[in-house]
Amino acid sequence: MKNDIIISGVGGQGILSIAASIGLAAVANDLFLKQAEVHGMSQRGGDVQSHLRLSDKKISSDLIPYGEANLIISVEPMESLRYLPWLSADGWLVTNSNPFINIPDYPAIDEILKEIKKVKNHIIIDADGIAKNSGSSRSGNMVILGAASPFIDMPFQSLENAVRELFSRKGEEVVQANLKALKAGRERSIALKV
Amino acid sequence: MKKLLLLGDEAIAQAALDAGLSGMYAYPGTPSTEIMEFIQNSKDAAGRNVHRQWSSNEKTAMEAALGMSYAGKRAMVAMKHVGLNVAADSFINSAMTGVNGGLIVVSADDPSMHSSQNEQDSRFYGKFSLVPCFEPSNQQEAYDMVFDAFEVSEKYKLPVLLRITTRLAHSRANIHQKAHIPEKILSLPADPLQFVLLPAIARKKYKSLLSSYESLRYENRISKYNNFKDGNRRALGIIACGIAYNYLLENIEETINDFPVLKISAYPFPSDLIKDITGRCEEILILEEGAPLLEESVRGILDDGIKIYGRLDGTVPRDGELNPAIVAKAIGLPVSYGKDVPSIVKMRPPSFCNGCGHSDMFNSLNEAVKPYGQGHVFSDIGCYTLAALPPYNSINSCVDMGASVTMAIGAADAGLFPSIAVIGDSTFTHSGMTGLLDAVDKNSSVTIIISDNSTTGMTGGQKSKATGRLEQICEGIGVLREHIRVIVPLRKNHAANALIMKAEFEYKGVSVIIALRECIQTATKRKRSETSVE
Repeated sequence: MKNDIIISGVGGQGILSIAASIGLAAVANDLFLKQAEVHGMSQRGGDVQSHLRLSDKKISSDLIPYGEANLIISVEPMESLRYLPWLSADGWLVTNSNPFINIPDYPAIDEILKEIKKVKNHIIIDADGIAKNSGSSRSGNMVILGAASPFIDMPFQSLENAVRELFSRKGEEVVQANLKALKAGRERSIALKV
Repeated sequence: MKKLLLLGDEAIAQAALDAGLSGMYAYPGTPSTEIMEFIQNSKDAAGRNVHRQWSSNEKTAMEAALGMSYAGKRAMVAMKHVGLNVAADSFINSAMTGVNGGLIVVSADDPSMHSSQNEQDSRFYGKFSLVPCFEPSNQQEAYDMVFDAFEVSEKYKLPVLLRITTRLAHSRANIHQKAHIPEKILSLPADPLQFVLLPAIARKKYKSLLSSYESLRYENRISKYNNFKDGNRRALGIIACGIAYNYLLENIEETINDFPVLKISAYPFPSDLIKDITGRCEEILILEEGAPLLEESVRGILDDGIKIYGRLDGTVPRDGELNPAIVAKAIGLPVSYGKDVPSIVKMRPPSFCNGCGHSDMFNSLNEAVKPYGQGHVFSDIGCYTLAALPPYNSINSCVDMGASVTMAIGAADAGLFPSIAVIGDSTFTHSGMTGLLDAVDKNSSVTIIISDNSTTGMTGGQKSKATGRLEQICEGIGVLREHIRVIVPLRKNHAANALIMKAEFEYKGVSVIIALRECIQTATKRKRSETSVE
């Protein structure tokens, strides 16, 4: 078993929570994990990414080689395209449809979606909308993680446990909202995949 | 023992705690910050009251750690690579004094300059100061090395350099934890003059430092990290240092038996192993994360021996960090690639947060400085450096911690008027105060704007020693009370703030404007934690 995953977005959008959830689940499944994060300057509204590698064997490089990622998980549509050089021919791209516009020359969203649809395996979902319907507009990142979960080779329940663990110190209400968002994202994704 | 999932930085911190650390010293700097933060959040550290407060700068951190070592206890000091320049005086001389309790100096390099102004390779400092240097290839090795580094430090009475890079520092991996070692007890150095570098003493100490460097090559706790593995084919031998070894393994995991490989993770260089691999191979590839430190040594000036590939001949790019593709190409393996990034994808550089006081301060500054034209504003290291980018285009320099103040002084000396410095509060107490004393001493015509967000913002909001003290500090240094102006950089104060700035530019002497508004990130965090307490 080997999953090479790139998680992308804009600094402050919560990609590290996605990475941390997968990380906790990997530990529970007794898998090897390497997860390279971006800290420092880029976290101030710049593009950020995390290389996350899971395997049942020892992992060498902290970085995923080009063309070998099985999955791109993106909380922002334009950012999902930035990592196409890493995506393998059969890899999946799972992205939020809602742009985060903090630059003056942000391209037209239709153009971005058109490029995303050129990727053979893609899932585009309105994570912000689904998060709002789940009762927590701040859990769009968990909707995206849920949407990506069918492509991660770990039992969904272990991701649920990880989300519970990650948010437990913020109280049961926050835990439930995030679990709901995670599940809603997964259901939407499975519906789109078929 | 327990299995953990830790960043490289955190693995080093955890190892230090497990190895009986008594004091951690540091100034925040990417990618080293999380070492101290981990210790500050550790229950173990709190329970035994391990020292864990931030220092004013890397030099004070280094010296305080040396003091703890003098008292016989194990100490660690951590900084980013450019921080080691600030601490260089004490670091180099700590090799001369030697240590008593074990002392580890962690320097976190940032090849490719993800969050830094240069990509200097700290291994040079190890060679320069003649101390052992460890360069882990992965997080587990970083954890294990800390134990050996303390032992080597105490056995040879030397500080030990632990050199890491961004990818190791900020990548999480599985760690096997070792058994805990108790802290050392307070015990003074046997020789009361050990730390006294009077020339007559220093000359003797230097001779012993020179000879100990040679004996380090035969130290088992160093040499065990340098391994030679022969291969079936002798066409190409590969020497890989530190994290480069990971990228090598990523590429030759299945064909590893074809290549003689020398992994180097500790210095001084294993000369015998280098002679061994070069002696049995037709050609050699040298992979190093950072500068071609080893490659230059192996080639020598004559470079007339075995054919060597590396950074110096362009097989590997001369600058920037390594990755699996660069290493694959260097070995001659095919490189996979997905699709090109579509041309509609735009750059997204970092920017000021919504509600950031720096941005309102720069808006006022831009208006105030407009009549004088371009080129009057020296700046410094921190979030506010982002004002170099559009739409602000406000600043003309960013060199090193504190350089805004002193460059403004020099430019004023040359006749530039007005000459303005913009520096953050934490950067000011790190290295700006001494420059301000220079300005006061000769009554330079400079205006120093301290953009005070009451935190160390860029690195994630660590405590700033300037908080609540800036007016007092400036007055104490000798700035006239009436030329210490405190403003609140909010949009509604824009016009008034610009007028204050302009008035101070026109003053022919030292003025300080403190633009005081809490960082929006730390303010949000603080409010959140206050509500959760209720």
